[in-house]
Amino acid sequence: MKHRTFFWFILPTLSAMVLFIALPIVSVFIQSLFVQHEQVLVVSESCGPFGCVEETQVDTEATAKLREERPLGQFNGLATYFDRSHLASAEIAEVWRTSTGLPSFIDGIMDLKFYKALVFTLTYTFVVTPLVLIFGLAVAVGVNNLPKAFRGVAIFISLLPFLVATIVGSMILSWMVDGEGIIGATLQNIFNDPSLSIKASTPLMWIMLMVYGVWHTLPFAFITFYAGLQTVPQDTLEAARVDGANKWQTMISVVVPHLMPLVSFVTLMLLMDNFRVFEPLVSFQAEAHAQSLSTFIVSDLREAGNPLYASAGATSMLTILGVVILLTPVLIRTWRDFNAKVH
Amino acid sequence: MSLKKVALAGAVAGLMGSTAFAADCGPSGKSVRILGSDFPAIQAVAGAAEANCAANAGEFTINLRDNTRDMMNQALTPNPAEYTSVIVANSTLTQLMNDDLVRPLDEYVAKYGQHLKPSQLITIGGKVMAVAFMANSQHLYSRTDILEQAGVEGIPATVEEIVAAAEKIRAAGIMEHPIVMNMKVGWNVGEIFNLFFFANGGELFKPGSAEPNVNSPEGIAALGTIKSLLEYSHPDHLSHASNETQGLWEAGKAAMAVMWGSRGGAVLDDEGSSDEVTSNTVLSAAPTAGGGSTPAATLWWDGVTVAKNIPDEDAEATFAALVSGLTSDLMEEHNDKAIWLIDGFQAGPAAAGVSATAAAGAKPYPMIPFINLMHNALGSELVDFYKGDESAEDALADVEAAYRTAAKEAGFLQ
Repeated sequence: MKHRTFFWFILPTLSAMVLFIALPIVSVFIQSLFVQHEQVLVVSESCGPFGCVEETQVDTEATAKLREERPLGQFNGLATYFDRSHLASAEIAEVWRTSTGLPSFIDGIMDLKFYKALVFTLTYTFVVTPLVLIFGLAVAVGVNNLPKAFRGVAIFISLLPFLVATIVGSMILSWMVDGEGIIGATLQNIFNDPSLSIKASTPLMWIMLMVYGVWHTLPFAFITFYAGLQTVPQDTLEAARVDGANKWQTMISVVVPHLMPLVSFVTLMLLMDNFRVFEPLVSFQAEAHAQSLSTFIVSDLREAGNPLYASAGATSMLTILGVVILLTPVLIRTWRDFNAKVH
Repeated sequence: MSLKKVALAGAVAGLMGSTAFAADCGPSGKSVRILGSDFPAIQAVAGAAEANCAANAGEFTINLRDNTRDMMNQALTPNPAEYTSVIVANSTLTQLMNDDLVRPLDEYVAKYGQHLKPSQLITIGGKVMAVAFMANSQHLYSRTDILEQAGVEGIPATVEEIVAAAEKIRAAGIMEHPIVMNMKVGWNVGEIFNLFFFANGGELFKPGSAEPNVNSPEGIAALGTIKSLLEYSHPDHLSHASNETQGLWEAGKAAMAVMWGSRGGAVLDDEGSSDEVTSNTVLSAAPTAGGGSTPAATLWWDGVTVAKNIPDEDAEATFAALVSGLTSDLMEEHNDKAIWLIDGFQAGPAAAGVSATAAAGAKPYPMIPFINLMHNALGSELVDFYKGDESAEDALADVEAAYRTAAKEAGFLQ
């Protein structure tokens, strides 16, 4: 394709990407560099049904004037990125100085919410992603080996977890494992321990979330691999069989290499999605045991009432950075494969 | 106006002298757009405003939904604002005033609000910023039959008595976890701390400043008090908010609860529970703690505001419509849906807990611009303590550090 033709061909997509992806990211980044103006406070008497008290209020006129002069707020540089809610450089230095050994150092780091969330998010990503890949392939091969008459039904059933909206699926499971729910109450009965509770234990909660994550995203990997299996060249399979390869050997040496590009694609998608895990944490009411960077962004923007845009912006940028770091190895691999094919 | 309302209005007119204003909807043909939380009392207030004044207005819309506080500032920021009125509570009025989004109501009160009691007017710095119509607070719910069965005399009045009663109930083998309270991580964890911190005599901020003051003997005492209650509360408590605790109560799975007064009507009605539970449920004042006399509760009001960024005539019509509903005929029709602040309210059994708590001297929830930041810091940083991973001192130090970080970003601390 001529460069000129290619340019006109790609222009609509490119402009949409700049407009809806690049510009918002730049705007979020700029916002993350500024914090609010110093608030002008006045003390005044406030009265209501429960009597009168002296209380501080924001002097809105004075604050509005400051805002008009510099609408973005006070320039804060990258300081928000290094404050206690994010990378916490000063706190880590302090922990390093006062810690008495590795365990106490780790304890100190785990007290900082950003790192606590990062540990959960990474564990979740690196447990769920490989499990989904392996089970997805297994289910795809299983369905592919079924007699034709059953395949339609099997595909439909295997896709169900994906069709159920995340928030609904996790809510239902959350009610079931609740201390008053069918699974939770049964467990209490079996172990004869009324204090046994999945929601009260961090390890059990993590396992619960990961099991849910695998259950929910499995169909995505399954359907992609199933489509790929339809394209495995029959000649090669036959050749393998003639050479005396058993089913397992054929699988490892013929099918899996043929599906490798799909594996890269599914891995990319899973890494991105899992790193931003959010809905299950909300519906399982798991905030006590597991937080992710996404839940921080929501709480900065919504629960603060008057949103903390800088903090939310910084967390968003760090999330993007995290996704980029996670994807780099897969992208490098894809790039190499691509080059190898071209040359 | 329905025939019943006309008759009621006529009957009340002689006593109140207020009905002349009930029909006064201000300038006609204007736009009235109301945003509020979705619960029965607000449905009643907004419904009354609509019934009285929808015909007079050019446009009349009501949007009642959950989590209004998450979007009310965004909705009122543009000019003209998305809504002409937001129905708020203590903390959300602060949130709107921080961004200067509501207007003073003095001239409208003079014109349309003669039937309002002076105590209904929320006055800040000499200006009326909201008109309150109902009160709310947390307080104690008890099951008298279970207490009796366990040999507890009377209704517990202090945290120490609650814990002792819970131990008796557990020892008698009636219930393993007799206490429920709203301990869901986030806003509820922060609010429970506020209750017992105030009951132990604490102040959230150093006087006259935005400097935090929770890492104090009162803070540690508050956490100790809460922990003593959690010993006897449902193991899933960190995921329980009002809907879950009300559900447990109505299912007969708890004997004592610290829950909102606004749930009283729903708990005592004949829906969702058995007669055994409802007939033995008693609502009483919030408990005191550590030998103090302040009940472990915060007092809340709900009231109407008028947006700033709207045409003056829309604002006038909105105010007139909303206060036209705040009359005694509204109250008579919806008596058990709220603890009304409207003149002439008779507290029924569903209102007994809040009335007793307010009478015992509970503190109102503070209306300070940086209170939300403190509340959020408490809600997220105390969890480690409740899970048993951290000491009270460390958790409170974390709260102060997290609050400082947020308050610096919001411009309250330098």
